[in-house]
Amino acid sequence: MTPTRIAAARQAEEPESLSVRFPVDQPLRMDSGALIAPLTIAYQTYGALNAEKSNAILVCHALTGDQHVANLHPVTGKPGWWETMVGPGRPIDTDRFFVICSNVVGGCMGTTGPMSTNPETGKAYGLDLPIVTIRDMVRAQAMLIDHFGIDSLFCVIGGSMGGMQVLQWAASYPERVFAAMPVATAPRHSSQNIAFHEVGRQAIMADPNWRSGRYLDEGVQPSKGLAVARMAAHITYLSDEALHRKFGRNLQDRDAHTFSFDADFQIENYLRHQGMTFVDRFDANSYLYVTRACDYFDLAADYGGSLAAAFRGAKTRFCVVSFSSDWLYPTSASRAIVHALNASGASVSFVDVETDKGHDAFLLDVPDFMATSRGFIDAAARARGLPPTA
Amino acid sequence: MTDAQIAKHSSIDPPNATTRVDLLLIAGMVEPGARVLDIGCGDGALLRLLADQRGVDARGMELSQRGVNDCVAKGLSVIQGDADVDLSDYPTDAFDYVILSQTIQATRRPKQVLENMLRVGRRAIVSFPNFGHWRIRTQIGFRGRMPVTNNLSYSWYDTPNIHFCTIRDFVALVEEAGATIERAVALDRFGAPVRVNAPWWFWNFFGEQAVFLLRRKT
Repeated sequence: MTPTRIAAARQAEEPESLSVRFPVDQPLRMDSGALIAPLTIAYQTYGALNAEKSNAILVCHALTGDQHVANLHPVTGKPGWWETMVGPGRPIDTDRFFVICSNVVGGCMGTTGPMSTNPETGKAYGLDLPIVTIRDMVRAQAMLIDHFGIDSLFCVIGGSMGGMQVLQWAASYPERVFAAMPVATAPRHSSQNIAFHEVGRQAIMADPNWRSGRYLDEGVQPSKGLAVARMAAHITYLSDEALHRKFGRNLQDRDAHTFSFDADFQIENYLRHQGMTFVDRFDANSYLYVTRACDYFDLAADYGGSLAAAFRGAKTRFCVVSFSSDWLYPTSASRAIVHALNASGASVSFVDVETDKGHDAFLLDVPDFMATSRGFIDAAARARGLPPTA
Repeated sequence: MTDAQIAKHSSIDPPNATTRVDLLLIAGMVEPGARVLDIGCGDGALLRLLADQRGVDARGMELSQRGVNDCVAKGLSVIQGDADVDLSDYPTDAFDYVILSQTIQATRRPKQVLENMLRVGRRAIVSFPNFGHWRIRTQIGFRGRMPVTNNLSYSWYDTPNIHFCTIRDFVALVEEAGATIERAVALDRFGAPVRVNAPWWFWNFFGEQAVFLLRRKT
């Protein structure tokens, strides 16, 4: 195991962030009917909660993200994953708002997940952890918000799987969400979305080191399988244009094809690098759980097949954002959300940001996206009566 | 002629001198507190006017990203969308008024758009440039050229306006769409209403733009 992998593994039990442990008498009640108890939630906060507890923004992270939104990552040493959006003077201004981000249930950065110790066995849960859904993740977040004594969040915001959590928040706890910003997301996982996730899971399970999920007990890692899963997924985060612009058919440190299966092309080298760095920081079983959570997500199905019914009577202000070159969660998926919100009479704005950067655009400094976010959040803050930054 | 021509002056005070006359006129046609959808809302000037002065629950639809961003930054609820495509997704009776201001001539299927407006809203308000105005007739009739005026400043080859109509054409379309004209106002080139009791041909000749308040026939 690499030093980074060892540091990452430590996060599951001793996260280098804040955390709260809910005792056995406060279990997480899951969609499957199972309970998790005790439940640990690892989280970060930025800024200060005001006396009225009315300025809290919950940031929901994506598939392989974590609570380290706007600080150096304790494992990789890299900047937080959304520093373009969250920080002093940023659209989510930490001088003004109290920002909370928690690691999802099923994750591997300190919130209870397959790497966490199963109290019944004293060993890592592995696949004994009950299957986690988006709604379970949101229920756990609600427990954290209760822990803070916050009745109503000023805003819930997130991209991709984080956007699904935003939608679930608005549906499950409409009175607790003043404003909601689902970004680059979908109201359900499509067949194609499930297909890509299944490729990733099969790659992990096909790795002989996976050992039916008990690899931690045996001191090995299904690194190759997890790396392949990440490589396949990474392609879906980028657009054809962006890939071509960045790599084209350029060769990697060579002038001609080697007539071998070496990484002749820069794109191959790039993907291999993405795969390798990913396995250092992420747990393979955790990847199975979070991808499954997305696959099971179909918000309309929980409301008699009507997405509009999920938002009926919502007082929440919505701002839906999609990116024109995102083919993972395409603009049409966001439009379906907008149509449902319109049908339910909710207040909704919608922007399809023109960019060739694909799904990953939500993590990047895309000026139109930043302008929309800032405008929506500032206007919502005025409507909430929050004072501007001093 | 019809009682549709009994036009009333707007009861709205202009918030500033630059607010377009047709917007003030439209705002004056909207009942306070109504639910309104403004299609082609641009930077949200009318939405702002409606929200501030009429206490209206105002929503918008706008094609341009810049326009949508401007609106969202002002705290307005605006959707990036296209009247030709996205209006059909709104539920029936979702709004009290659906407004299409200076945009119908730029839609691909004006009749379908108008029918959808009358489905989505109990009432529709449409303002448009009148292609029957004497200046336009003069340019075609005497110069033999497609008209370019202050109001319609595009050349024929780069204009977004693909479906021009005259006031009389529009009245015929309203008939075909099965709607009733509740009010109609023609504005001259100075933005003043054309004489109220004038016949249609007079409006069609001297009105540079027109504003119609329509109601679905029940």
